[in-house]
Amino acid sequence: MENLHQFDVIVIGAGGAGLMAGLYASRTAKTAVISKLYPSRSHTGAAQGGIAAALGNIEKDTPEWHCYDTVKGSDYLGDQDAIEFMTNEAPQIVYELEHMGLPFDRTPEGKIAQRPFGGHTNNESGRPVRRACHAADRTGHMILQTLYQQCIKNKVNFFDEFQVVDFLMVDGKAAGVVAVELATGQLHTFHAKAVIFATGGHGRIWEITSNAYALTGDGIALALRRGIPAQDMEFFQFHPTGIYKLGILITEGVRGEGGVLINGKGERFMPKYAKTVKDLASRDVVSRSMYLEIRDGRGINGQNYVYLDVRAETVNKYAAIDGRTNPDGTPYTVTGEEILKKLPDIIDFCRTYLGVDPITQPMPVQPTAHYAMGGIPTNVYGEVLLDENKTVVPGLFAAGECACVSVHGANRLGCNSLLDIVVFGKHAGQRAAEYANGADFAALPTAPEQPARAALEVFYKGDGAEKVFDLANEMKHEMFANMGVFRIEEGMKHALAKIRELKERIKHIKVSDSGKIFNMELINAWELNNLLELAEVTTVSALARQESRGGHAREDFPKRDDANWLKHTLAYKKDGKVELKYKTVAITKYQPKERVY
Amino acid sequence: MEVTLKIFRYNPEVDQKFHYETYTLEAEETDRVLDVLERIKGQKDGTLSFRRSCAHGVCGSDALRINGRNMLACKTLVRDVGEKITVEPILGLKVIKDLIVDMEPFFDNYKKILPYFINESPLPADGKERLQSAEARARFDETTKCILCACCTTSCPSFWASDDYLGPAALVTAHRFIFDDRDEAAAERMQIISETSGLARCHTAYNCTLACPREIPITQAIGELKMVSVTGKLD
Repeated sequence: MENLHQFDVIVIGAGGAGLMAGLYASRTAKTAVISKLYPSRSHTGAAQGGIAAALGNIEKDTPEWHCYDTVKGSDYLGDQDAIEFMTNEAPQIVYELEHMGLPFDRTPEGKIAQRPFGGHTNNESGRPVRRACHAADRTGHMILQTLYQQCIKNKVNFFDEFQVVDFLMVDGKAAGVVAVELATGQLHTFHAKAVIFATGGHGRIWEITSNAYALTGDGIALALRRGIPAQDMEFFQFHPTGIYKLGILITEGVRGEGGVLINGKGERFMPKYAKTVKDLASRDVVSRSMYLEIRDGRGINGQNYVYLDVRAETVNKYAAIDGRTNPDGTPYTVTGEEILKKLPDIIDFCRTYLGVDPITQPMPVQPTAHYAMGGIPTNVYGEVLLDENKTVVPGLFAAGECACVSVHGANRLGCNSLLDIVVFGKHAGQRAAEYANGADFAALPTAPEQPARAALEVFYKGDGAEKVFDLANEMKHEMFANMGVFRIEEGMKHALAKIRELKERIKHIKVSDSGKIFNMELINAWELNNLLELAEVTTVSALARQESRGGHAREDFPKRDDANWLKHTLAYKKDGKVELKYKTVAITKYQPKERVY
Repeated sequence: MEVTLKIFRYNPEVDQKFHYETYTLEAEETDRVLDVLERIKGQKDGTLSFRRSCAHGVCGSDALRINGRNMLACKTLVRDVGEKITVEPILGLKVIKDLIVDMEPFFDNYKKILPYFINESPLPADGKERLQSAEARARFDETTKCILCACCTTSCPSFWASDDYLGPAALVTAHRFIFDDRDEAAAERMQIISETSGLARCHTAYNCTLACPREIPITQAIGELKMVSVTGKLD
């Protein structure tokens, strides 16, 4: 067979999770990392503020506090055993990144520098704690670069610019993947003992998003088509501070450094909604507060945005009101120059895209679709779980944003995603290699690339009455309008009808590029199909959940309902329909209680 | 406003040689050039091919030659370049299709300078971080910003003129490690970049510095490496 490759472990995706998995798997097993982008283009590189770990470098902090904050942040939907596992491993894995050369910022004593971040608190005082380990406002960039560099050092095999288009399963076991080599258009079959999905998020479903074009949920969609469920898809995070209209992320680190949100009346409004931590409440809380301000006519000039203000005079004014102090007890103050040094990239974004200089002007912001709490269900070793009994799928692993362990539950805390990708990328890589070393290759189906070829050829057969660009825009607009920060049954039903209409209309697409080389029109059509699949699963899961919890806020069911809904959703695709099952949440130390910030 | 884009086109499966295609469409002056390219591809001509991902200047996919200068299409607004916009692939790398060039030689050069942290000394006994002063960290801060977009290397006349010059991007990464006081392979890297394919090929044209979308002072960084090469000392 032409273009047949054989590896013990295949990793799909080369962001932080995929690179960490590749790095660890390659130590003991023949491993390849396949990515639709060059690894350094992955969206991990866009993460700004930091990676959470209770190092206690500046003030007292403990992994237990980090664990509790994450449980509370998850609105009690996170599995507490998994969260405890992650927060206990956090300090050591951050040290490991430093040992790999990651250039963290430093404290005056030369230790890794840390800043406050939303939802991370001193559990004794309830006030924000400095837990986010950072490298200016490009921490994700430094993690991505460092891991890619370590992979080069360790001679990991890469297949760059290969788009995976099918996942092969034989007798319920992972057997490999089929991918398009973008430069030639040829299909390649990767025969493997273990497959690790690390394909990232799917924020491109929504109109205003911080997510890259590449984030089209390929891994989750491929798994769904092979009978693997998608867990907790109704929980999608809207980050409070996206640049108005563009959705580009403005890190929570801005508020960590003392920035505040201001409404159209010039008021700092967060103390109304979160009296202790104020602007540093959890992201779901802040996004809802902004939405409520805007709904009640207190957006800037009545429009659908508010200001994020990090001018030194504003920071100093509110730091004094809050009684914020430095570690030595002196009052906390900043200068414009210090802000520029700590947040160079976001200041550059505002100057470039808005012509606004955050040193002298406030930034217009609105909530932006940011992060999937849901994804392919796994345990803490990255093993994919098939059902409510946690049956392991042999040879199949997932890590990072495409996976759902679940450590984020209904709402993720800032800086826990960079932590998630390195901790679970590492364990998925290790466990996949162990599995592969004790397993045989499953026999490949005959003509393994045939289903993928057929799935792609569909896009040449339509009558040309529809265009990918228009369908994608309609989907994004609908999802942002009706599946956004707040939801209501009527709106969600409207969204579902629209998604189903678009799933019919995509059959009319006819790709005009008949070439093989970098046929991005064809790839974009295939990606849209994935987004529509996930939009449908997300909406069906959301309609069913008749409560408000974390990132899923319903106007018709405004309260959390632990009696009926303290459970994970598992969504399956069967014969073109979405079927839902539910799975228990692991509660170990912390009984659910009302969430107050 | 109405904008007119003149775009370099080449499809090796059909064309003997490249040509330019012109597209006219409505755009806002705050649109990114990438937004306009997306609309051309989505609504006018699906065969147009280019790379893109993050759309806000941090992934480095869409380095293009816009009105004759290298920049990221997602970090360039229509108001920055006017209503007549010429878009071409970056120079010095083989065109594969339309605006997509072969990036392999670029990444090969990157890999030559040992682009990874090297420190074989024992880790701190407590298992925690190696200590580094804030001043030592600041010494190489600028060169940690590189996103490997290739705007610099493909704007460099020395790179255009020679097949083996490492190019500014590889030297920027070399700088990032050489001036990191935790790294132990500065001498090895200095030897690699002191060969004829390295520092000696930089004739201080400053194109790289002007092209860098991350505003890294590249010529200065290369100058600092040249100084090390002459004096044999890091400071």
